[in-house]
Amino acid sequence: MTDLSVARPCRLEINGKSYVADLPPCVTLLDLLRERLDLTGTKKGCDHGQCGACTVLVDGKRVKSCLIFAVSIPDAKVITIEGLGSEGHLHPMQQAFIDRDAFQCGYCTPGQIMSAIALLEEGHTQSREEIREFMSGNLCRCGAYNGIIDAIEQVIAQQQKNRTGEAA
Amino acid sequence: MTVISTTIGQSVSRIDGFAKVTGQARYAAEPHPSGMLYGVIVNSPIARGRIETIREEAARAVPGVVEIMTHLNRPHTALFEKSYVDGLGVPGSPYRPLHDGEIRFNGQPVAVVFAETFEAAREAAMLMEVDYERWPHNADFEVALHQKYMPEKPRSNYVPPKSRGKAAEAYALSPIKVEGHYHLAPEHHNPMEMHATTVIVEDDGKFTVWDKTQGPQAVQAYLTSALSLSKDQVRVRNPYVGGAFGSGLRAQHNVFLAALAAKMLKRSVRVSLTRQQMFTHVFRPEAIMDIALGATPDGTLQSMIVEGVTDTSRFEHNMENLVVWGLINYKCPNATADYKVVPRDTYTSSDMRAPGAATGVNLFEMAIDEMAYACSMDPLTFRLHNYSDIDAMHDMPLTSKALREAMLQGAERFGWQNRPMTPGKMRDGKELIGWGMATGIWDAMFSPTSARARLTADGRLHIATAASDIGTGTYTILAQTASEAFNIPLDQIDIELGDSTLPQCPTEGGSWTAASAGAAVWLACQSLREKLFKTLGKNSNISAWLTEGLRHNTVVLQDGFLKNTDGDEAFEMSLRDALSLTGQTELEVEETAKPGLRGTISQMRKARFTHSAVFCEVRVDEELGIVRVTRLVNAVAAGRIMNPKTAASQVRGAMVMATGMALHEESLMDERVGRFMNHNFSEYHIPAHADIPDMDVLFVNEEDTEVSPLGIKGVGEIGMCGTAAAIANAIFHATGRRHYNLPIVPGD
Ligand code: FES
Ligand code: FES
Repeated sequence: MTDLSVARPCRLEINGKSYVADLPPCVTLLDLLRERLDLTGTKKGCDHGQCGACTVLVDGKRVKSCLIFAVSIPDAKVITIEGLGSEGHLHPMQQAFIDRDAFQCGYCTPGQIMSAIALLEEGHTQSREEIREFMSGNLCRCGAYNGIIDAIEQVIAQQQKNRTGEAA
Repeated sequence: MTVISTTIGQSVSRIDGFAKVTGQARYAAEPHPSGMLYGVIVNSPIARGRIETIREEAARAVPGVVEIMTHLNRPHTALFEKSYVDGLGVPGSPYRPLHDGEIRFNGQPVAVVFAETFEAAREAAMLMEVDYERWPHNADFEVALHQKYMPEKPRSNYVPPKSRGKAAEAYALSPIKVEGHYHLAPEHHNPMEMHATTVIVEDDGKFTVWDKTQGPQAVQAYLTSALSLSKDQVRVRNPYVGGAFGSGLRAQHNVFLAALAAKMLKRSVRVSLTRQQMFTHVFRPEAIMDIALGATPDGTLQSMIVEGVTDTSRFEHNMENLVVWGLINYKCPNATADYKVVPRDTYTSSDMRAPGAATGVNLFEMAIDEMAYACSMDPLTFRLHNYSDIDAMHDMPLTSKALREAMLQGAERFGWQNRPMTPGKMRDGKELIGWGMATGIWDAMFSPTSARARLTADGRLHIATAASDIGTGTYTILAQTASEAFNIPLDQIDIELGDSTLPQCPTEGGSWTAASAGAAVWLACQSLREKLFKTLGKNSNISAWLTEGLRHNTVVLQDGFLKNTDGDEAFEMSLRDALSLTGQTELEVEETAKPGLRGTISQMRKARFTHSAVFCEVRVDEELGIVRVTRLVNAVAAGRIMNPKTAASQVRGAMVMATGMALHEESLMDERVGRFMNHNFSEYHIPAHADIPDMDVLFVNEEDTEVSPLGIKGVGEIGMCGTAAAIANAIFHATGRRHYNLPIVPGD
């Protein structure tokens, strides 16, 4: 039987910075971010993969960081909400969330934004219904759902405009 | 002249938005003081009994474990039970965490394990062994119904129902009668952020407590009282709160336990609940309502009889204003109501968004729909026909009630006039389509509140009050209020909330914050302007235009400048320059908004409510019984709307929760162990994206100069009231079948 208290090497790239440490294997990516790296933008809403508050991008895909042991994804590239934008340079999705009042308490928001960014990459955005379906892993108890869909559509519209602009 | 673009009534984006979309906003479990210990709570698996032995060896052997706190080794706390009553506590004996070895409810904390890491604390908590002597308990609502009672001393905000006419006789004589036995399942608040507390032990030994609460000052008072600490020992902060919906009204056990441990260990600690543990404290009580309505065939209500029951714990008497709403809102010569509570061996139920009304209004509005049909009358016409312009229960005039306008405007937006009266007439393939409506009502409250306004050397305006923004938009609307009152652009304003050391503000809840804190900020800004002008006027070294202007009251604040409004020449001066002319580095005032004489008289003579009319379309899969809500329109009459954008979000958010009430949310009790068993998001479903259609919220014009100083009524709860009934009534219209239990689930 393997001894779960023995630390193992963990190698990650988090928001462009390399992270190397020995960690007990039971440390989730979420707890690593929040408790050991002070990246508290990623939220814990259930710790069971049921709410989406902990969504981050791992190698470009949206994942629930509470369901991943940090040592189990060597060399993965992790992007959290802190890695998205900065003052004056918000990611378009962050700006759209502000514009469309896509949050209230803000607790589910980082997860919704990370999920929405990945959703656009996945291309499940043909209709409001499809967006709703593919955003349903991210719960919002404040019920900001309408605003979130509006925000995602705002970014899609911007992207389309940019594309037509480039084509022209 | 520049026109200020950010004032009251405009759809300003949230000023706390940047912090929230970048992950910079810090919530209760997110500060990282050095040397902090993680605390994990061990819960009782039994509902009643006594701890016999606690075996800690295995837990203490886990590397990193520092201490295990139980009732046996905890430090001294207050001697008297009354010291544990929190600000919004209910009558009875408050629960005292780790007070002794007695178990009063399943999930009660019996120990807290503290360790250097979260992982170690969690592992050790699982290794704790506790033996119990089990005592008989009852957690079965049906059984508890036999023990219903009226608490000797009701809750302070309890509104006793008032009868009129002869309801029983009138009911017996009514040609048309409907009767229903309604039930609402218990619900859990489930804010996305779990309850958590971080206690930072400062260098001087004082505690800075980051807690998930709706009332930092209430928690501060509770901790100092219950833990016998001196007043200045504790400061409570909650600048960001990840939702609460009532779960943060009372101080929860995590804050007590975290502060107790900090006292014991003299180290910073954090105690966070798990999602499962969120089901071990407050919940919306289970409820039963028996509603009997009598009418004449022309659709005139003759009698209303309402009997209601909600559950509470064995040790506290939680009460709701459950049965009064229909009696207040409808004209009807004969009416009576009765309310009781029933005790269960659980934790005490508590206020959840629109407490009392969410249950009472929705269930009553389902009965009204049935009565409209019994009279063969359109449900909207029926409500207009029995409309009351006064608080019919207290026979009191109202400060305003634009419910009629809300019903008409909502109906028009929805297209209600095209609705076939007969159920089951609309379909699309396998789906039956139904349209339903209901009205909503909630209190419009105002509580005395203080705020501070300070002008600083850099010409910025700082506003502070101990209010909490739990997603309600308080930061933003207070900035808008200050912007208008002081006539200064929004980006020159800083708002500080969520700190017990700030000017007094009641616990956030009941939709009173906008009206109350708004009025305080308004007053403080007015008074700061006067102070600025007065202080400047005393300076003999100021320019002639200013001296003259101040003397003749022609100087005004405009867009962050002092300007003269008289004479041909335009003079102006920045706030920064004006302040430096006063010779002071800053100017500060604190003001308290109170109802005043006029307001107090008005509160005695007039009732005050927010109203709404909700219209809903559902589609019901004929084969599977699955219900989809496809359209919701809510027309809200809530006095002055400070910010239509954030206000609409508030209303929509409550409509989402009401959709959960109608279709999804149900905490299931295992009576044998006395525990809510579906304690996670996969078994307790809260509405997800795919459950929620586009919701149309419109605000009906309602000028009310009497309800509160700024004419605000508040919008936090109203979306809960009526929405669940509109959905239930739409389901009836789709299927022709009445449901009396919420949530309505397929197969019912
Ligand atoms: S915290 Fe990971 S899904 Fe909820
Ligand atoms: S904004 Fe509060 S949970 Fe989504």
